[in-house]
Amino acid sequence: MSDAQAALQDREINRSHMTVSDEIAIEISNMNKWYGTFHVLRDINLTVNRGERIVICGPSGSGKSTLIRCINALEEHQKGNITVDGTVLSTDLKNIDKIRSEVGMVFQHFNLFPHLTILENCTLAPIWVRKVPKREAEETAMYFLEKVKIPEQANKYPGQLSGGQQQRVAIARSLCMRPRIMLFDEPTSALDPEMIKEVLDTMIALAEEGMTMLCVTHEMGFAQAVANRVIFMDQGQIIEQNEPKAFFNNPQNERTKLFLSQILGH
Amino acid sequence: MSETHAHSAAFVRTAILPPAAPPPGQTGVLRWMRENLFSSIPNALLTLLALYFVYTILAAILPWTLNGIWDAGSLTECRAIRDERGLSTAACWAVINERWLQLLFGFYPIDAPLLARLFYADELAAAGGMDAVFGPGSNATARIEFVGTMRAELGNALVFFFGYWRPLLALALLVVAVAPVLYNNLPRGMLIFSLIYPFLAVFLLWGGSIWGPISVALGLALSLYILKYAGARFGGLLGGLAMIVTLLCFFFNPLSLLGISGLFPLLPHVSGLLGTILPFGLPAITSDDFGGFMLAIIIGTSGIVLSLPLGIVLALGRQSSMPLIKWVCVTFIEVIRGVPLIVWLFTASLLLNYFLPPGTNFDLLLRVIIMVTLFASAYLAEVVRGGLAALPKGQYEAADSLGLDYWKSMRLIVLPQALKISIPGIVNTFIGLFKDTTLVVFIGLRDPLGLTNAIRATGEWNGIYWELYVFVALLFFVFCFFMSRYSMYLERKLATDRR
Repeated sequence: MSDAQAALQDREINRSHMTVSDEIAIEISNMNKWYGTFHVLRDINLTVNRGERIVICGPSGSGKSTLIRCINALEEHQKGNITVDGTVLSTDLKNIDKIRSEVGMVFQHFNLFPHLTILENCTLAPIWVRKVPKREAEETAMYFLEKVKIPEQANKYPGQLSGGQQQRVAIARSLCMRPRIMLFDEPTSALDPEMIKEVLDTMIALAEEGMTMLCVTHEMGFAQAVANRVIFMDQGQIIEQNEPKAFFNNPQNERTKLFLSQILGH
Repeated sequence: MSETHAHSAAFVRTAILPPAAPPPGQTGVLRWMRENLFSSIPNALLTLLALYFVYTILAAILPWTLNGIWDAGSLTECRAIRDERGLSTAACWAVINERWLQLLFGFYPIDAPLLARLFYADELAAAGGMDAVFGPGSNATARIEFVGTMRAELGNALVFFFGYWRPLLALALLVVAVAPVLYNNLPRGMLIFSLIYPFLAVFLLWGGSIWGPISVALGLALSLYILKYAGARFGGLLGGLAMIVTLLCFFFNPLSLLGISGLFPLLPHVSGLLGTILPFGLPAITSDDFGGFMLAIIIGTSGIVLSLPLGIVLALGRQSSMPLIKWVCVTFIEVIRGVPLIVWLFTASLLLNYFLPPGTNFDLLLRVIIMVTLFASAYLAEVVRGGLAALPKGQYEAADSLGLDYWKSMRLIVLPQALKISIPGIVNTFIGLFKDTTLVVFIGLRDPLGLTNAIRATGEWNGIYWELYVFVALLFFVFCFFMSRYSMYLERKLATDRR
């Protein structure tokens, strides 16, 4: 068990707001995707209720990143339906932009805008997409930068920050759009071990506030701490899903057992 | 220390060492010379050899330049003065002294009435006053003689500042108009002047009624307003169509195919009407009289200003996922880039007349500017495409994931970064464009090089080459050097992603 995981378990998690409602946030039914003739996602069915915290794991190439990138149409799916907040994802650009502005996304490599300051990174989308007045957007940005504990960096450029700080800015940037759903695509995979903890802390704080989250991650400590469901994928399919305790202690599928023995074995 | 090691590997520093000065011979000029000039015997030999080369070249050039003769009426006089002084070589700068105005402005007419009124009032009165010399029906031969003697007596400096005040003012205002674009710490309000400037410059340089440029500006503003209004009301496509119809009605005659003329285009009616209400203007000067370095600046700056947006649009079009747009842009870029500029200039000067409707008199200078712009934009498109390709895919994805639409993500995220990457290439293209303006000499425009031929064709300066070319080269160098320095300044200023 890594240091970061150990550190997570020291922390008291406040579960008072972590409630799952009956309202459906995302519904994916019979979704299929191909890259050329390669079948990357096969018959995905997944319903996410509001307030759920789902961790998706699996070997590399299993299609987990592709799956969450389909939810905000960074990737196109060829068959089946994705409904986000009641809006069916179609090829209509207006539709796509609407869903994207409701769904926040955090990338493995942060993808901050290097030519803008931290504050400008956070206010750009609210000002240009939501048409929020500049002053108000800046106030919101400072609120979220404080939340991720780096308000003092607001006027620096991304290149001057450490990896962990950049990823926290990326989270704040997404939050400034006041999304109802957050997608995390391996948010800690490009970080040094010391910085993983600060990002995971931020994500846990977000979970404590009741945010609907889908996280592709291999941080099993995080999964055990806050997830209410863990999904294991392999070869473009959902192999197994269960609540964390049952998933880790009593995996059913042979592939899942093998995967868990490999990542938890050392 | 060795004792410590012998007993154990543990070590604890108890006192921090203060910083000390480096040993002698490790700093300053001596160290630099030893490291960079005389680090080994072969390097020392190469240094001496290079110094000898520099000496030989300077020994050949400097005496010629510095012994130059500034005061002479012709090349023969120059040579006589040289021999008299017993010099083996001497530049004949006298030709620059006498003809620099011509090299700068070509045959652009001076404002003779203004000069006469300001500095030659007595002689003007003696010749019979303003109307007798410059008024309608005055004797042309007498006028040319009057202006000739006035020029000779006033000297080049006065003629430069007051005779050519129109192109000089245009140049000074160009600096004012360009400054806020180049340096963003200047007040943003100055950008309004930058928008007005093109029309003002056309008025200053070509003269004529002031209502001509104003009507063109009104027509463009009206079209943009209609695009915005109709676009907001009926959608982008209809807005665009309405704008095109407005542009056609204002600047062209869309009914000419049906043989109907008179009502359209609206432009001459508007400017004519305004001209009758409030007549105001400057003496008109045709493009045929334009020449010299002024011509290079006019073609160069218009080409630079117009080709950058066009090049960006072409680069974006080439990346478009819509096949029609993509292939139109690719074909345009490849065709324009695949043919030498001189061929396009000949096309502009000769062939275009065959394709234009008979009777259209399309200004040659305008045609050249259009061709140079198209040519440079094809190159710029490729330079900008390089910048777009260099951006990590994650930047596009991050912009998309925040809900920015295509144009906003291009304008706010992609282009600022892609253009920053392409600055060296863009400025390179601009410098190339500026120097390529000398090619217009082949289609009969009097650019600075063409004027050196004209000067050599006179009896006094027959056979003079180097001095003229050095002067022209210096003029071009000053402008190109500024552009190159500016691009380095811009790169340094925009370097925000330094780690």
